[in-house]
Amino acid sequence: MLHAGHVPDAEVGARAVPIYQTTSFVFDDPESAAQLFELKQYGNIYTRIANPTTAVFEERLASLENATGAVATASGMAAQFVTFMTLFEPGDELVASAHLYGGSVTQLTHTLRKLSIDVRFVDPTRLDEWERAIGPRTRALYGETIGNPRGSILDLEPLAALADIHRIPLIVDNTFATPWLCRPLDWGATITLHSATKFLGGHGTSIGGVLAESGKFDYSHYPTIAKPSPAYHGLNFYENFGHYGFLMKARAETLRDTGACISPTNAFLLIQGLETLSVRMERHVANAMAVARFLTEHPAVAWVEYAGLPEHPQHALARKYVCGRPGAVFSFGLAAGDDGREAGARFIRALQIFSHLANVGDARSLVIHPASTTHQQLSDEELVRCGVPPEMIRLSVGLETLEDLLWDLDQALHATSS
Amino acid sequence: MGPGSGPACDIQLNTRLTEDQRRRFQNVDTIRRVLQQTRTIAIVGLSTDPAKASQFVGTYLQHEGYRVVPVNPKATEILGEPAWPDLRSIPFPVDLVDVFRPGNVCNAIAEQAIAARVPAIWFQLRIDALEAAELAERAGLAVVMDRCVKMEHGRWAGSLHWAGMNTEIVTARKRHRGLL
Repeated sequence: MLHAGHVPDAEVGARAVPIYQTTSFVFDDPESAAQLFELKQYGNIYTRIANPTTAVFEERLASLENATGAVATASGMAAQFVTFMTLFEPGDELVASAHLYGGSVTQLTHTLRKLSIDVRFVDPTRLDEWERAIGPRTRALYGETIGNPRGSILDLEPLAALADIHRIPLIVDNTFATPWLCRPLDWGATITLHSATKFLGGHGTSIGGVLAESGKFDYSHYPTIAKPSPAYHGLNFYENFGHYGFLMKARAETLRDTGACISPTNAFLLIQGLETLSVRMERHVANAMAVARFLTEHPAVAWVEYAGLPEHPQHALARKYVCGRPGAVFSFGLAAGDDGREAGARFIRALQIFSHLANVGDARSLVIHPASTTHQQLSDEELVRCGVPPEMIRLSVGLETLEDLLWDLDQALHATSS
Repeated sequence: MGPGSGPACDIQLNTRLTEDQRRRFQNVDTIRRVLQQTRTIAIVGLSTDPAKASQFVGTYLQHEGYRVVPVNPKATEILGEPAWPDLRSIPFPVDLVDVFRPGNVCNAIAEQAIAARVPAIWFQLRIDALEAAELAERAGLAVVMDRCVKMEHGRWAGSLHWAGMNTEIVTARKRHRGLL
């Protein structure tokens, strides 16, 4: 977290990672410029493709994930899109968890479909559904280590084995767990994705994303990686770059062509976050567990869905994959009878310390009531159907002193029920 | 930290070799020493096709200051250097033999390298040439197998890091990234 990816340079000796806020890099001579463009040398050309500050963030994240390398992007959504655009061709299919973050579902359902890539959603807790959904054109499986917002835990090991049998990669969004809680590649996944905006950064200042790859998947039957690429004068990424093939293609082609690069300053700020990831996550999960226990015992709370609690149906999976500490984002339901929508709004109005906004993974505690914000256009019945009932509140538990958080929740719950 | 004495972790990713084979044929100290001491590299199986991996590696090594000696019986000149039909024909000493040929023809290449008193032989990524590697090892050559000479050079010289790859080099020491 503190050293990987950065060697203090001998000339200046700066201990912190320098911010290379530049669009482009001067070539040594015409020959080496040509070789850089042909990918015969590794080096910096243009910040849309690579940048020395960003490279520190990438290598550090790759090291944390036990990956062979990483590519940073403008956002988590961009990391997801760059991954799919590197792997897929029109007519390909993706099998994905139905518990994905809503923004991801929209990208998969609408943007990918525009590109003739079909998506089948499955209940991620049922291996038989994953298996049945795989067809001859299925090119990948996709899920979240810890689902958003319901906090379901992905059973990585059998899912990776299933992907292996079908010779397709398992892609895992590891945003909520971070590599501190779980390294999906160690369980057999091929690619992990992050919204670095969340816990990796932790400060809520910078939007960014990153994808990391294991280097262990054989892409020889993936035409996008192993056939000569028309977008790179016939280059065969699989043959020329071995286990770096996927990542080189993601950077030199997809990132170049989509333009979804991160700014060097944001990469720098995310590096600052990574440096304290372990101590922050320790506090995040300790606070989250205490808040979940407090809510379970509170009379104004109907239910708490946190797999860290022993009574949760997925507690065993949480113990297996995230040491029983499934992150700091979870949901609970207000004991509000028929009027969950109004009770949720009252609860939000009464809170003093939790910030009401649409993000998670900040150092500060955050709260949102989906029925009155992100999902307000849906009817009560529709809300229940998509797993977001009207009385549901989502918390992202921050690093504040625990007593302050419990005080705030308690007084807001009293204000709601009185 | 791996078996190397340098400030780096040993790369355990992406190999099919056993622990023992990795200690012998992917040794970090051996790799660094070979890259440092080598000036002239005979590339057996260097292709005439600019899109092939062997050309990527050859071009890279030339740019990094090594003299590349093509070994290819079907060519007369590759990358501006005269090509030789086999290792025996090269009339001057080389420091390293880098092999881009399938595993089943590697024994003969190893035998020629031993006869020519080449100090080191390197079988490229994904080449399974265990018998040839052991042959060369017994004859006292430094041996590397199932690794790419370009990736390893880029890893130690620092340029691989620019591509966002995991070099597993972890050090707080102020220094130039580089082989020395």
